[in-house]
Amino acid sequence: MNCKRFFSLLVLVFGLFGQPGFSFGQAEGNTAEVAPEGAEGPKKEGINITELVFGHVSDSHEWHFFSTKKENGEESPVAVPLPMIIYQPGTGLKIFSSHHFEDWHHGAEGSLVSNSYEGLHIEKKIKEKVVAEDGSKVYDLSITKNVVSMIIGVVLLLTIMLSASKKYQANGTNAPKGMQNFIEVVIIFIRDEVAIPNLGHNAKKFMPLLLTIFFFIWINNLLGLLPGGANFTGNIAVTAFLALVAFIVMIANSNKHFWSHLLNPPDVPFLVKCLLVLIELMSLIIKPVALMIRLFANMLAGHIVILSVICLIFIFAGISKVVGGVFIPVSLAFSVFMFMLELLVAAIQAFIFANLTAVFLGQSMEGGHDDHHDTEVHHSPKEIIA
Amino acid sequence: MDLLTPELGLFFWTLIAFLAVFLILKKFAWKPILASLGEREKGIADSISAAERIKGEMTQLKSENEKLMVQAREERSVMLKEAKEMKDKIVNEAKEQAKAEANKIIIDAQLQIQQQKMAAMTEVKNEIGTLAIEVAEKILRKQLNSNEGQEAYMSMLSKDIKLN
Repeated sequence: MNCKRFFSLLVLVFGLFGQPGFSFGQAEGNTAEVAPEGAEGPKKEGINITELVFGHVSDSHEWHFFSTKKENGEESPVAVPLPMIIYQPGTGLKIFSSHHFEDWHHGAEGSLVSNSYEGLHIEKKIKEKVVAEDGSKVYDLSITKNVVSMIIGVVLLLTIMLSASKKYQANGTNAPKGMQNFIEVVIIFIRDEVAIPNLGHNAKKFMPLLLTIFFFIWINNLLGLLPGGANFTGNIAVTAFLALVAFIVMIANSNKHFWSHLLNPPDVPFLVKCLLVLIELMSLIIKPVALMIRLFANMLAGHIVILSVICLIFIFAGISKVVGGVFIPVSLAFSVFMFMLELLVAAIQAFIFANLTAVFLGQSMEGGHDDHHDTEVHHSPKEIIA
Repeated sequence: MDLLTPELGLFFWTLIAFLAVFLILKKFAWKPILASLGEREKGIADSISAAERIKGEMTQLKSENEKLMVQAREERSVMLKEAKEMKDKIVNEAKEQAKAEANKIIIDAQLQIQQQKMAAMTEVKNEIGTLAIEVAEKILRKQLNSNEGQEAYMSMLSKDIKLN
């Protein structure tokens, strides 16, 4: 019941309030830009849209909300500058605000280059890259938009879970109340549908990891759906780290049975064995890579589709204002539909990541004495679905 | 492609944040929540099994009660039957005894009546005998008082002799 209410609230927030506000904000800026330029409009619009879409889905050193046009035609972005933390082996650690990079000019290969500050400048193609003037190596540990989004997500997660935990400790074994209801359903779902079928008697040991992975991905997926939100879980660095966690836990908990089956499959002729071992070793690496790509691609694609659908309005508006106006309801309806879908995908991807982590863990831990058949039967259909 | 190369910074911060979240939540959220969930589930399972057990006990008690009831009813009917038999027996015995007593009394009475009758008869016979003798004496005395009477009597006697 509560869960349903929670979802409808989210849908309401994203679908009704966020969406029109977001697109109208953009509409003002863009149509104003198109009008004076006439015939050149659609082409320029195309370029802008690529920039807009990829600007939204990729990481940034500032949190850009929208841009307004001043009367003199100058664009003034409404953005929050974020701290930059740069480590250079020669000069050491530098911490400063990103608002020092504000003068952008076109560089080579269609990239944007910022002014230089402290011997550094940012090159922006699809991604932003901090480059030293003297060409030396730069380690960019800045608190970027994605990091800020993640911190918000983490704070939310900690607040929700710790308050729920407090309630559990205060409430004892009484029936759950309020937020507890919602969390409990998910926790029990993870325990009964993910952990126990895949890990059997080891389920209890890995529950904290699976729950953390699930909720961490889920809450960040949802935050990414907020208008103006960052595409945190659609970033390959994030999914790579999460997949690495899954991989390390899997390797750290693998048993002799797993390795002996992997490196020396029984009852197989020598040549086939060589091939099989090679394939098995590859599959060992492919498993976390698949985890990484799956989450990354799903979230990225979702963001791109929603943004593209919204941008259709401006593409049509570039052709004619009337067509653009007519297309607004179609585009909005479609983007609302996509938002609903993305809400679902946000939860499903989090579940799949947690589930596959459990499946891989279960595979690496299953022993000869264990309920071999049970795990074998359980994970295969799920893997196909995923 | 550009999008496919992971950034070091984001990786680094994700690592720190995820590990921090994992450790904090593991200690302060997941463990207590899972523990209390487990406890609650155990409590519920225990209550259910206890209820089941009590239910079993109740049915057992009930069936025992019924058995007792049936037994009691049987005993009661047996007792009633016995009492009835006893009563009948006593009544019959009493009746027979009474009958026997009555017969005895009747026989005694008849005997006594017989005796009394016999006694009375003998007495009456004696009385009648004496009376007859007295009457005969008186008659004889009167008849034989005169000569003529004596002679008549003698002639009668002689007649008898003659006849013989």
